Amino acid sequence: MSKANGAAAKPRTIIEKVWDNHVVAEREGAPALLYIDLHLVHEVTSPQAFSGLRERGLKVRRPDLTIGTTDHSIPTYDRSLPILDKIAEAQITQFEKNCREFGIPFYGPHSDKQGIVHIIGPEQGLTQPGMTVVCGDSHTATHGAFGALAFGIGTSQVEHVLAAQCLLQNRSKTYEVRVEGNLRQGVGAKDIILNLISRIGIGGGTGSVFEYSGSAIRSLSMEERMTICNMSIEGGARAGLVAPDDTTYQYVSGRPYAPKGTDWDRAVALWRQLPTDEGAVFDKHIYIDASALEPMITFGTNPGMGIPITAPVPDPSGLSDPLERDSLGKALRYMDLPAGQSLIGHPVNVVFIGSCTNSRISDLRAAAEIFKGRRVNPNVRVMVVPGSQQVKEQAQAEGLDRIFKEAGADWREAGCSMCIAMNGDQLQPGEYSVSTSNRNFEGRQGKGGRTFLASPLTAAATAVTGVVTDVRTLL
Amino acid sequence: MEKFTKFTSRLAPLPIDNIDTDQIIPARFLKTISKAGLGDQLFYDWRYDAAGNPKPDFLLNRPEGRAAHVLLAGDNFGCGSSREHAPWALTQYGFRAVISTSFADIFRGNSLKNSFLPIAVPADAHKALFAAVAANPEAVVTVDLAQQRLTLPDGSAVTFPIDAFAKQCMLEGVDELGYILQQKPAIAAYEAKRVLTVDTRAGGLNQGQF
Ligand code: SF4
Repeated sequence: MSKANGAAAKPRTIIEKVWDNHVVAEREGAPALLYIDLHLVHEVTSPQAFSGLRERGLKVRRPDLTIGTTDHSIPTYDRSLPILDKIAEAQITQFEKNCREFGIPFYGPHSDKQGIVHIIGPEQGLTQPGMTVVCGDSHTATHGAFGALAFGIGTSQVEHVLAAQCLLQNRSKTYEVRVEGNLRQGVGAKDIILNLISRIGIGGGTGSVFEYSGSAIRSLSMEERMTICNMSIEGGARAGLVAPDDTTYQYVSGRPYAPKGTDWDRAVALWRQLPTDEGAVFDKHIYIDASALEPMITFGTNPGMGIPITAPVPDPSGLSDPLERDSLGKALRYMDLPAGQSLIGHPVNVVFIGSCTNSRISDLRAAAEIFKGRRVNPNVRVMVVPGSQQVKEQAQAEGLDRIFKEAGADWREAGCSMCIAMNGDQLQPGEYSVSTSNRNFEGRQGKGGRTFLASPLTAAATAVTGVVTDVRTLL
Repeated sequence: MEKFTKFTSRLAPLPIDNIDTDQIIPARFLKTISKAGLGDQLFYDWRYDAAGNPKPDFLLNRPEGRAAHVLLAGDNFGCGSSREHAPWALTQYGFRAVISTSFADIFRGNSLKNSFLPIAVPADAHKALFAAVAANPEAVVTVDLAQQRLTLPDGSAVTFPIDAFAKQCMLEGVDELGYILQQKPAIAAYEAKRVLTVDTRAGGLNQGQF
């Protein structure tokens, strides 16, 4: 039984409210059957799910709640050129066939709406407060910025949602991440989330859903909130969300799939009931003082290995737990970094500005501010990859593409690109990059590649100097 | 799905914390549209040299690795990407279970759907297992899902947690989709009451030629 009607007296978090609203059935001894409002599908994690449907003779239950896009394996060079990687091409072609056969709308490589799955949902107004959103991709938490319960699923579950529009799920713990105070100049959303993960570790949020709250979160734009929610998974949480407010409604209003007219008024009235009730209890809490934050950067091989940019790389010999000591030592060997020194001044080969974490228009504007009137260091290859074709068009309308090109950066077509290095955009063994993406795992951006994760500002500053740079020295 | 039965096996130790799914199966192998062949790509970048030759000293390339059906890994196994290719690769290689102190949520869920058992043990048992296999590479454990019990090489046993529903599915060899589809009437009843919705098809079906 859904608690939505019965136990209204008990104060609830937004996480519980959205959950309760979507419970279709709950049987003793089984996980709840949860309804899914929006299912985003892409070429990499769906083929085996469509094969499964065919084998069982099943249809897609709600193609009208499903949308496809091509992002992970698609090249980011000129779309009029053929796809050179034949395996990638076959995957994209199969995706098209699957979408057509099952009646799912999709944005193909030549669509003006194509883009990274987590960029296009919000951009088109498909992602709305109070929804449940899933995708076969762990960064689905991005959509939580709208007060949606959004989480990544595996391919078996992609098949479940295609077939039944439902998932079996166990309730998660609730985890409040309260961020208060004013950010200092040069410090932004990416630094907040990297700071959180460096504190709680990459398993810290396992089993939980984050609610990001506090004055610092409230003052962020929707795009910045998406950057934070995006990396919830890097803290171990499957989902992270921000309660909707006027900033949210302003962003959603007028987008292609947003409710219109009286539907809009009715929707906003319902959305206003979503925020966490006074007195609701979370299972866990953490408090972050935004005014104390510095630009963050990672030095190691997981996103929890982050430090303020002026701080020294930690020393494994200071750790008492042998496995932890080995892990840090192994990371520093892979990264070929000495302990005890700051990364500032460390040369890099590549700067990547893109990914579902930081490829929205505000990210590109921030980077362009730094590039304006400056040149990219000749030792650095700089890739600027917009998150979607719509972002690309907007950036071109604002003349940002000219700023990037004049600075000597490479302005590319929309896709995941070097975030996951499936499409040919990648680091060479031993190369260093500053990347605005979300994962610095060994080989994530190309076999043997070494990634420092940071904000678009830090990435742009590094691009112009050729070495890891504290952006505050250029502001 | 095959029924998950009790078994005894040697261990393949990989004493590294936070092994993420990009290590288990690197992204460039995700361009496949089938599930076949992933076992050979398991831990590819740790397992093969730059020329693609198996590194003779990497455990999974040695007969001891091949003989083990239980992987023994460091803390927080399976973090990162949601790719189900990770449990597909592990099971195709021949693993039936992985032992750690904790697992990332998505990985755990994906594993259970593929009859691959993530066994979370307390830190002291975890340490004891690494010590036992270091002392004797042929040491064995017994995995008993029905009893939720892992018997260590010294004969002592620990119990491990598992979601009751997933356990039943694994023991009976049934997958979740059948169970979900049985509830179609409840799904239809829920749909009849839904108020907020989008129609993705409102913009047309194919919004850009391939
Ligand atoms: S940009 Fe990176 S993290 Fe985001 S969806 Fe693409 S591959 Fe995943």
